Amino acid sequence: MTEKKKKNSSAIQRRLIPTYIFLIIVSFISVFPIYWMITAATNQSVDVARGKIWFGTYFMQNLNNLLNFSKDVSLAHTMWNSFFYAALQTVLCLFVCSLAGFGFELYHDKAKDALFAILLLAMMVPQVATMIPLFKMISSMKLLNTAVAFILPSISTPFMIMMFRQNSRNFPVDIMEAARMDGLSEFGIYFRMYMPVMKSTYAAAAVISFMNAWNAYLWPKVVMNQTKAQTMPMLIANIAGGYTIDYGLLMLGVLFCTLPTLIIFFVLQKQFAEGITGSVK
Amino acid sequence: MQKGGIFLNTEKKYKSVQGKQRAAGWAFLMPATILIFVMSFWPMIQAFIMSLQTGSSANLKWANPITFNYTRMWQDKLFRGAVFNTFFYLIIQVPIMLVLAILLAQLLNNKHLKFKGLFRTMIFLPCATSLVGYALIFKSLFATQGLINDVLVRLGILETNYNFLGTTGSARVVIILALLWRWTGYNMVFYLAGLQNIEYSVYEAAKIDGANGWKTFWHITVPLLRPTIIMTFIMSINGTLQLFDESVNLTKGGPANSTITMSHYIYNNSFGEGVANFGYASAMSFVVFIMVAILAFINLKVGDKRD
Repeated sequence: MTEKKKKNSSAIQRRLIPTYIFLIIVSFISVFPIYWMITAATNQSVDVARGKIWFGTYFMQNLNNLLNFSKDVSLAHTMWNSFFYAALQTVLCLFVCSLAGFGFELYHDKAKDALFAILLLAMMVPQVATMIPLFKMISSMKLLNTAVAFILPSISTPFMIMMFRQNSRNFPVDIMEAARMDGLSEFGIYFRMYMPVMKSTYAAAAVISFMNAWNAYLWPKVVMNQTKAQTMPMLIANIAGGYTIDYGLLMLGVLFCTLPTLIIFFVLQKQFAEGITGSVK
Repeated sequence: MQKGGIFLNTEKKYKSVQGKQRAAGWAFLMPATILIFVMSFWPMIQAFIMSLQTGSSANLKWANPITFNYTRMWQDKLFRGAVFNTFFYLIIQVPIMLVLAILLAQLLNNKHLKFKGLFRTMIFLPCATSLVGYALIFKSLFATQGLINDVLVRLGILETNYNFLGTTGSARVVIILALLWRWTGYNMVFYLAGLQNIEYSVYEAAKIDGANGWKTFWHITVPLLRPTIIMTFIMSINGTLQLFDESVNLTKGGPANSTITMSHYIYNNSFGEGVANFGYASAMSFVVFIMVAILAFINLKVGDKRD
């Protein structure tokens, strides 16, 4: 019996060989550019151009070049900018959107449902269409090159509101009544009950929001034109913008720009996957 | 009489509690709603007004005739080129990507497969790279002195190094390859989530009925994944129509603006060096908005059709 089972499973595995080969090829293609980026960061530009695909000994020199790339601003400062904007945007986005998702789902009536449908239309509004009026608005408020300019348009997004709303369906409504009997205010219910229960949704939303903020490029390019306000993606785009490109230096910059999101990806992969599919339940 | 009084009282109290709750509900969704109105809808209206104006950013005047920017667009070869490029990327890349993503999800959903988690992580990994970052990785890989040239020359496929990014056709292909690399795993995750909702017994039953792999794929997987497919389609169309980072960082829109996307061209017209053509840029951006809206609408209509 076990013998037969074993035979059967090895037959299944044999039939899966083409699948394995295909998946290995796709996996290799997926991983190789990232591996190559990391090796290139340790090599001199000429070696990178010569097609070296193994680690080298030029990492410290590349790092030194990167640290001295801009005379006006340090690498640490640019990293800090990216971190600060992304963290601030994440916290505010989570608060505003979860509050709205809570309101839309657990206090819903016809008027609120209609409003929700209207807000969803904002998904279709392209960034290039709003960037000029928003730039004028931000610049007339004298907020260019500030964190406020960076985060303001991304605090409230239909995607996030929808994500919180959909996930609130699992929230036990009965305990709300019980909480009210105990004298908890409506905001108290949100703060003391909703937030703890929705922990996993918050985690998924935080990962997505942080990643989006960290990777933002078009909008920061519009409102953060001073070097001291720039973000990591803008820095590496500048490194690549020169007439001759130092590939070792460039790939080290890309590595710095990718490292935080890469770490988040490996540590919080489950939340990341839940986050991007979050509003589709 | 007394009884009635009490009844009236509790009802009043009940009503005021309900009113309080309703007010709280509205208060909760107000910050998000106001922000969306001020940061999305109001700028959209302003963009439309601006699209009817000409002049520099500081002193915009009504265009004469009022549709000047829109007729100008029609004659602007570069804008027409940008529209062509964007749709070229859309039509070639999105179908390939989605088919590949469904296929990979289907293969990974096999319960007999080993190292499932490892494969999934590796295929999903490109999503962890920053958008500017991966564009620059591809730019370096496909440079004239880059790795891809090196390998192709060594294998004897190319005689001398080829300037992939300096030639229109190959530069467009590199952009498509880069997009496929970055977003296939992303879409695969949606399908994997969708497939998990399909009971395994459905497949077992199909197998007993004698359906082979392709048959089950077309007659069970695809129909059941339909809502997910429509959603990924809308998201991909939306994203591709707004393509910016790749065009700017991979090819700089070149050679000679032949790979530029609509968003990149609009940016160049509004915030490019020495240009602040806000009226014209707004008109073009309004056209992008209409395209996004129409395509999303068509998609939803097609998706709504029941068999």
